[in-house]
Amino acid sequence: MGLPNASGDLSTEVEVDAFRRLFPLRFYEKHLLESIRPDARPLGRARETTIALGAVASANGSALAKIGSTTMLAAIKMEVMTPSLETPDEGCIAIDFHMPPICSPIVRPGRPAEAAPVVAKQLSDTILSSGMINLKELSLVSGKAAWMAYLDIYCLDADGALFDTALLSAVAAFSHLEIPVVSLNDDGKIVLSEEQGLSDREPVNKEKRKINLSSVPFSLTCVLHKNYILADPTAEEESIMDTIVTVVLDSSSQLVSLQKPGGTVLAYTSAIQVS
Amino acid sequence: MEVDREDGRSQNQLRPLACSRNILHRAHGSASWSQGDTKVLAAVYGPKAGTKKNENPEKACIEVIWKPKTGQIGKPEKEYEMILKRTLESVCILTVNPNTTTSIIVQVVNDDGALLPSAINAACMALVDAGIPMKHLAVAVCCCVAKSGYVILDPTKLEEQKMKAFAYLVFPNSVHSVLPEGSLRVEGEPIENGIITSVTHGIMSVDDYFYCLERGRAASVKLSDFLRRNLQQQSTDSSKAG
Repeated sequence: MGLPNASGDLSTEVEVDAFRRLFPLRFYEKHLLESIRPDARPLGRARETTIALGAVASANGSALAKIGSTTMLAAIKMEVMTPSLETPDEGCIAIDFHMPPICSPIVRPGRPAEAAPVVAKQLSDTILSSGMINLKELSLVSGKAAWMAYLDIYCLDADGALFDTALLSAVAAFSHLEIPVVSLNDDGKIVLSEEQGLSDREPVNKEKRKINLSSVPFSLTCVLHKNYILADPTAEEESIMDTIVTVVLDSSSQLVSLQKPGGTVLAYTSAIQVS
Repeated sequence: MEVDREDGRSQNQLRPLACSRNILHRAHGSASWSQGDTKVLAAVYGPKAGTKKNENPEKACIEVIWKPKTGQIGKPEKEYEMILKRTLESVCILTVNPNTTTSIIVQVVNDDGALLPSAINAACMALVDAGIPMKHLAVAVCCCVAKSGYVILDPTKLEEQKMKAFAYLVFPNSVHSVLPEGSLRVEGEPIENGIITSVTHGIMSVDDYFYCLERGRAASVKLSDFLRRNLQQQSTDSSKAG
């Protein structure tokens, strides 16, 4: 490694990895001039996405989603509860997002990550406002019993685009969800039916059914740097570029949400390009 | 299309604005902002030495604490803190005082719709009062889209709940340029046409969103005039007192 006599010469004298750590912005700008990123993706391409349904056998619905290296595990457990007085025909969904220390060296045990409650709230806003799930489907006996779905998402590896992967795993888990069979016993309480032949009580719902999903939301996160738009950033890209935009569209091309917290000023033309 | 709003305003009319600075004597800068019944108090302490653990020490760091009117601090407050932090980081000049932390505390006094835009406006005024260097001011408005497709500005809490979707938009303030046209352009458009922050809730079509942007842009011009008059007036008052 040579001494930095002039900033331009440094790139020839320092190893690539060291240059990447010391001057990340210049390292990326050199790549952006050629319209490519360090992991050989063109600017507009997202990383490889895989979804595995049924990852958690004991949960009512689950999915493992990966976008590049970012991995999220979503699981849904159903519980019977009494619906509120204002909405006796509707069930309820509780969404929680966890970032355990396994996901990133920045997250330490004991101190919750800063991004976790923000992503949790954005996720619950998006899922509830997109109308993907009709809460009336979660109702059992009007006014007395309804399903409560607890959706827990665990981030196993945080490598950028957390919201996208979380949304994908949540939607996949809901698509895999099977509502268990229950019946009303003599006390008027709902119990889980063990098997079809044994119980002589009338089951409330005949068979395990799947929930109907309408207008599934899709999201894409991009970072903006000068006049380059990079789709699906990794954690390194997210940390050095200060403007992140997340656009969520549903299957009928309606805009569910557009989050752009802070960052440099975005001109109208770029906003059109992103959407 | 004429729309009847409960308080008799027209579609594009904002609620009465009131702003006062330097109301807290111990804080380095403070401001109170009210839009109709929504009232927010912001206080700025800083710059203080040292940055937080994972922050870049070559830049100044901004820390936001959001205090709700009632109840414990939960996820919505954390989200507001993050949005406010990112917005203010893009507005302040961070390279002037490296390795320092500026704390902004936002206290909600009353929430009657358009809470986050009021908080952003209050925080900006408090930063001006504290003398933190900024590139430009951030002007925030809230636009709502109703089921029938019309857009209203600056909703009250009841209107917000009835609407199909709403968007909080933050623009840089309009510039009265001393230099001739051609300065301060971003990508060929004047800098005031950009968006700093946008947060949306609910489903709306893409065209509705762009319509909201236009309406918000027009409203931000009016808001920036109000800010300019307010700041000029208060600076002449203090110079008379001093």
